[in-house]
Amino acid sequence: MSWAELIRPYEFEFFRNGLYVATIAGALCGVVGCYVVLRNMSYIGHGLSHSIFGGYAVAGLAGVNLFLGAGIWGVITALAVGGIVRRRPIGSDAAIGVVTTASFALGLALVQIYGSPGRNADALLFGNVLGVTNSDVLLILGVALATAAIVFFFYRQLLFTTFDSQVAAATGVRTAWIDALLMIVLSATVLATMNVMGVTLIAATLVVPAVVARMLTDSFGKMLALSAVIGAVSGFVGMNASYHLDVASGPTIVLTSACFFIVAYVFGGRFRRRAGSVAHAH
Amino acid sequence: MSPRDAAGGLIVVDRLTVNYDGGAPVLIDVDLTIEPGDLVGIVGPSGSGKSTLLKAMLGTVSPVSGSVRRASGLAVGLVPQVETIDWNFPVTVAECVGMARARGLRMPWITKGERLEIASVLERLGMVGLGGRHIRELSGGQQQRVFLARALFTNAQVIFLDEPTSGLDVRTRHDVLHLLDDLNADGLTIVLTTHDLNGIAAHLPTVVCLNRSVIGAGSPEEVLVPDVLERTYGSPMEVLEHGGMRVVVDSPIDANVTPLRRRTAGESA
Repeated sequence: MSWAELIRPYEFEFFRNGLYVATIAGALCGVVGCYVVLRNMSYIGHGLSHSIFGGYAVAGLAGVNLFLGAGIWGVITALAVGGIVRRRPIGSDAAIGVVTTASFALGLALVQIYGSPGRNADALLFGNVLGVTNSDVLLILGVALATAAIVFFFYRQLLFTTFDSQVAAATGVRTAWIDALLMIVLSATVLATMNVMGVTLIAATLVVPAVVARMLTDSFGKMLALSAVIGAVSGFVGMNASYHLDVASGPTIVLTSACFFIVAYVFGGRFRRRAGSVAHAH
Repeated sequence: MSPRDAAGGLIVVDRLTVNYDGGAPVLIDVDLTIEPGDLVGIVGPSGSGKSTLLKAMLGTVSPVSGSVRRASGLAVGLVPQVETIDWNFPVTVAECVGMARARGLRMPWITKGERLEIASVLERLGMVGLGGRHIRELSGGQQQRVFLARALFTNAQVIFLDEPTSGLDVRTRHDVLHLLDDLNADGLTIVLTTHDLNGIAAHLPTVVCLNRSVIGAGSPEEVLVPDVLERTYGSPMEVLEHGGMRVVVDSPIDANVTPLRRRTAGESA
């Protein structure tokens, strides 16, 4: 493939928009995914995206702004999961399974009965670069900047609550508020990423970069930075691959990050074992 | 420390009753006062409410009746049971200690001043140069000290430790006990729970025997006596003198502690 062929898609505005969204979304999901993975809530990204699909359909039917309606629906769902786990002897995985799949089922039923609001259902389920508009770029940029500000100013509270919620609460951190804030950020991330990644593959964008970063470092700060970089590179490379291979953007982005996982799995373990043995030798 | 004898302690627990979700009371009419400079060990059987009493004093459990009054502006720290820690969580020693100052808006990174403070706390606890290590790469005693350092980094006036010597070998347990004694001598108020009557409780200046209510409180000489121990643990115990220390042993007359029957080769399974 020649250089000219390689950069040809950059002539198209829709592709440039898709590339911006995929790269920013990759970094955003990389950061948010660290908290999701370390809280053993990997399933919530999967569940929340499915839940938001239900909210999307309901918002369309109700005639309200699709993103606003779906976003509010997503936040309510996430808070409902948290509330059920706190008030009933039910694990978070089971609560996510009940609440979000019910919401997804509601969305599918409504789409079958009344048709898909806005974009077609396939684009929502699997991601479609053709559907990305200037407003999508602004949306993801806004969510990314807001998330960066939240992570910056509440870094220690988020870390303390994620690592040791009971002690954090005992020493004065408002853990319930921090949990709710994280759920709001997660919902906004899923919503803003849905166009490019698709409902079915968002979970991988949240989980894989964070898992790869975890395999490469034992420091939380470094994990956060590495995960953002891996997510952004996966989004950029995956989006280019999507054009040239003529495959939906969601799968190519996930497959790119999966390649990072394989490399980290094969080489990261050796590096970490060697570093560990040196540390123990002293 | 005393069971409800002062209104002006650092922490005053007054006729405290606690239950979870409307169930049976975990604590019933508990009275306890923690004074500045106390080093108190709370002992009792499993399910006696030791951890719940700590949580109530920390303010993370609400009473059904009674109250817990803390001195105005009192800073507290908590050292959790090591069994509750996720040792695979990606935090270095410095990150773990630094997260303690989380309240309010702060820079995400550890500032230069904080780095010096963390180094000073780690040095005080005998952990010089370990700030960059992952918490999993430490020995059992060092792991316990990291969380003690985190509690100290909050500038806590009272530190609560939940089973601080659980899972530690005899020597490490001894080191941790002496470390707590040194910190207490420097003016830190310490409240801990323990299952270990002989290794920990007998060495502390003050012991509280708890079984939903306070059964006894005072020095080991006053509290570690057969009557109080039997009412606390629900089975007879004997107290021996050994090298000037009190040693609590199971009573041989208790049917629960008779030697287990061993199968001989001829018996079927």
